[in-house]
Amino acid sequence: MPASPKPERRPPWPWLLLAPGLLWLLLLYLLPLLGLVPLSLSEPLSRFGLETVFRGRVATYGEVLGAYGPVLLRSLRTAALATALGLLLAYPLALWIRFRGRRWQPLLIGLVVLPSLSSYLVRAIAWSSLLGDNGPVLAIIHGLGLGGMLEGLGVLRGGRLLNTSTAVILGLTNSLLPFLVLPLVVSLQRIDPRLLEAAADLHANPLACFRRVVWPLSRPGLSAGLLLSLIPAAGDVVNPRFLGGPNERMIANTIENLLLVQLQAPRAAALTLVLMGLTSMVVLLQLRRGGLEELPLP
Amino acid sequence: MTRLARALLLLGSLLAMALLYAPLLVTVLFSFNAPRGRFNLVWQHATLANWRHPLQDAALTQAFLTSVGLALAASLLAVLLGGLMALALTRWRLRGQRWVALLLALPLTNPEIVLASALLNLFVGIDLPRGPLTLVLSHSLFCLSYAALTLKARLAGFDPTLEMAAQDLGAPPLQAFRRVTLPLLAPGLLAATLLSFSLCFDDYVISSFTAGDTITLPLYLAGAFLREISPQIQVLSTLVLLVSAALLLLATPRPARPPHDRAGA
Repeated sequence: MPASPKPERRPPWPWLLLAPGLLWLLLLYLLPLLGLVPLSLSEPLSRFGLETVFRGRVATYGEVLGAYGPVLLRSLRTAALATALGLLLAYPLALWIRFRGRRWQPLLIGLVVLPSLSSYLVRAIAWSSLLGDNGPVLAIIHGLGLGGMLEGLGVLRGGRLLNTSTAVILGLTNSLLPFLVLPLVVSLQRIDPRLLEAAADLHANPLACFRRVVWPLSRPGLSAGLLLSLIPAAGDVVNPRFLGGPNERMIANTIENLLLVQLQAPRAAALTLVLMGLTSMVVLLQLRRGGLEELPLP
Repeated sequence: MTRLARALLLLGSLLAMALLYAPLLVTVLFSFNAPRGRFNLVWQHATLANWRHPLQDAALTQAFLTSVGLALAASLLAVLLGGLMALALTRWRLRGQRWVALLLALPLTNPEIVLASALLNLFVGIDLPRGPLTLVLSHSLFCLSYAALTLKARLAGFDPTLEMAAQDLGAPPLQAFRRVTLPLLAPGLLAATLLSFSLCFDDYVISSFTAGDTITLPLYLAGAFLREISPQIQVLSTLVLLVSAALLLLATPRPARPPHDRAGA
């Protein structure tokens, strides 16, 4: 046997460890996702089932964009508004946790996470009793005589909060908030407190300190948070269905309806791919900035 | 920080917390409500009756148990598969590692409806009847990325010299893994399992596409919106909330003062 130099040992078993997970991702994710493409170019075989036959029909895309363009736009608008409101609330909370939380920081973070462990649907039920026609929020609004003003601003519709976009936005913001706060806290935690002391020593007022030190350094957390909230918000089913009613349906409701009620699998696939294309654009922007490593996970 | 800046911060934080906790408080409160009619949505007067019969709504209890079982199966599967992937990705430099990491992160960037739609079409395509099996498959995929990335972060922050020290002291690799790595990893495993479980347990969109005749808790609740919202829903939710809070407290590191952190003091 020839004496060869010992070959570099590459154990095959890291790939063995990866194999089951990769199999899952390939068979249950990548393959079905790619399968949506031919499906979107097919036609239903009958009106009574999800079976389809491939026809290379591109016109479906034009049809769904024409029919559901307004719903798509409304979804993006609602998602953007919910995220904006979330950001307005998440920033102070993240700053508070980071700079005033002291040794209670982990506990405060836990308090932010806890609501997201409770059921999404139970929260929607709670919102519908909070915002209901006999609920406390409307009672306070009318008690303060703010009804007319809020109606003018489009917050109320016909004196109601349920079945308006306000209700959808509140429900969405509630569920997004933890995903905005946590990445912000993570990136704020990376700020060396001595930087702030230095800024104060140099007579920066709190606003300047925020604008020139805290804000730029919290950008990674901010964009991770935006990614984690915009995408699920744009594809939400529960809040528009149960808090928004028929006038506030969003794109995911339409996809669900096409697939489960109308049995129009090709149209549903086309619309799903359109939605995915839009969200992927957001993701690509994020990837160009700094990759997905910033995604905060507990 | 000036007084004004501090006041503004506090106001914003309180508003944020109010928005986060308003629905939870309402849920707890309404578990003590005596509803009139079928929908426990309008406050009437306080009662303990609902808490005396927490399991009265048999369909609700059944859906709850179904969900617990399915979520347990799916999340353990996800943590197992994801944990193995995380281990391979942090311990070895592999060719194509970036692609694996990308494939792992991609599902997180899709709205749930995309996964749901793709999975339903897959199951229709291969003629797999929808039911508990398709639910567990779908949910384990849904949680896989979360579990793997959570554990990857934990493993990356893990000091490999500890394991080496154990091996230097004569522990065979598997024993070193079991006696050193695994205990250190336990909080991470708990966190990943808790996260996956709560994602699966609470999932509505993917379930509504892949459940078939199986009724999980979110599917039951969606039906209840139209049919009847019994106070037992709020009772059960309050109980779930208490358990989540306890588990979260377990997974939270003890409060300790970071040595060099004097920010805002």
